Amino acid sequence: MTNDTIALGDLAQEVRSKNAGPFWVTMELFMRDEASYALAADAAYVNEDVVAELYGVAADQVQLFRIPSLNVVKISYPRPISQGSLRDRDMHAGQHHVPLALVRVPAPAA
Amino acid sequence: MTRTTDQQTDSVRILVPTGMLGAGFAESTVERGIALGADVIAIDGGSTDSGPAYLGASKPKTSAPQVARDLRIVLKAAAGAGIPVIVGSCGTSGTDSGVDWVAGLADQVMAEEGLDLRVARIYSEQSAADLKEHLDAGRTHPLPPMGELSVETLESCTHIVGMMGHEPIVEALQGGAQVVLAGRATDTAVAAAYPLMMGMPAGPTWHVAKIVECGGQCTTNPRAGGVIATIDAGGFTIEPLDPEAACTPSSVAAHMLYETVNPFSMREPDGTIDVHEATYTALDDRRVRVEGSQFHVADQHTIKLEGARLTGYETMSFAAIRDPRVLADIDGWADLLRVVLSQRVEQTLGLGPDDYAFDVRLYGHNAVLDTLEPEAGPPREVGVMLLVSAADQATATAVAKVANPLMLHLPTADMDYLPSFAFATSPAEIERGAAYEFVLNHVVDAATPTSMFRIETKDDHA
Repeated sequence: MTNDTIALGDLAQEVRSKNAGPFWVTMELFMRDEASYALAADAAYVNEDVVAELYGVAADQVQLFRIPSLNVVKISYPRPISQGSLRDRDMHAGQHHVPLALVRVPAPAA
Repeated sequence: MTRTTDQQTDSVRILVPTGMLGAGFAESTVERGIALGADVIAIDGGSTDSGPAYLGASKPKTSAPQVARDLRIVLKAAAGAGIPVIVGSCGTSGTDSGVDWVAGLADQVMAEEGLDLRVARIYSEQSAADLKEHLDAGRTHPLPPMGELSVETLESCTHIVGMMGHEPIVEALQGGAQVVLAGRATDTAVAAAYPLMMGMPAGPTWHVAKIVECGGQCTTNPRAGGVIATIDAGGFTIEPLDPEAACTPSSVAAHMLYETVNPFSMREPDGTIDVHEATYTALDDRRVRVEGSQFHVADQHTIKLEGARLTGYETMSFAAIRDPRVLADIDGWADLLRVVLSQRVEQTLGLGPDDYAFDVRLYGHNAVLDTLEPEAGPPREVGVMLLVSAADQATATAVAKVANPLMLHLPTADMDYLPSFAFATSPAEIERGAAYEFVLNHVVDAATPTSMFRIETKDDHA
């Protein structure tokens, strides 16, 4: 075992976020392979509480889907700031994946 | 509800040239779709994705030349092939004036091209008075994360639309329409209406309608243009219209993730799309076969409402900072700006915190994620956007003008001289006009699938 860690985004083919209607944000981690998917899907690293902490929402409102057939972890949460309001900084929620992509997991063995 | 037809058919081919009317596509996309035997052309004309202003002000996101250009290609091709065209959510928000705007452009294009297609307009705008009756009768229900609906909320909306399912579109087609211009409709209803009318099974039809709603996004090259899908009794087959692009089992399955809260289960007015059991198989290197999709008809037909209300008027101002001495503590500088601006507004305009609101966004530092920003470090340059909101435009602009000398010269707490920052424009203040917010995320138990919508054919207008 190594103590080295790596950001999920560096193990992913794509990490993205998008509005799902005016009141929800949804994000996907498209992982490169089964090994990197196993890390993203591991509840020790990505779970409802981690997402709640990253995005300032209640954990019981976070929906998390692990989809091994696509090597995808998908996460949805209610948008905390009303879309298009004075304090909304990201109309399509298209840049909100970055905190998720920076979550660090143990680096897979080379 | 009528879903049967005199014609018997084994399969229906849907051509979707683009994810949004006005976004543009190659003319060859539609030619190829027609050559492959398209039975209907379906295009989504709107969305709430770009925010509440389009519904709130009932104005389109696209320009008339963009929409007319796409309509010209589609209407000519459809007339030549003798197949119907369905456009949903006309004018971006699907308000009545949005439908009339697209219909006017269609009339203009048809006159110029010598086409005489029978056009049906389906209006989806809802009055607060009608909805109040539904509310009083207990026929409205909130969707998460919203609370119960109130009369005040309904009455505060500048525009409210109901999202139609396939049924009003089917009714218009059965009434002889060759072109259906629908108000607000679910993205899926636009593509599902014709195959359902022709007796195709609901599971594959709704599933493919979700897959094709963004055009080429379900392919390996989302920029390549549209797709054509064939629905039959056992499932559906999908392929890109660009011969160079491909659909793969992953690209098709992955599209169920796009803009959906739950990728396996999606509610439509008539019931729920269920793709838990769906299988995605490559037929060759660019076509995918999908089977096992299901649709569960709901006990109660529901129409989802969208509504937007005015929140005030906004004025924006934008300056930039490059000096490393200021950038070294840019958060401290922004905090000082907020404090000094509030004081000066009180001194000069006599306005307190309840009279206006403003947001200071530090582009290049943490403007996008604000308090969620996980990374730190001094930026090389920062754009300072001031956004002011007030009950009227003059007040918003007055506040932004008070901010002007601060955004030009505000020193940091430890500076003994006045720096000068880089305004982007002259005048610095940009009046944004009215601003809106979405306030409805509720459904109505509808008496019938068509009861909340009004269909008018071209003859009615003549």
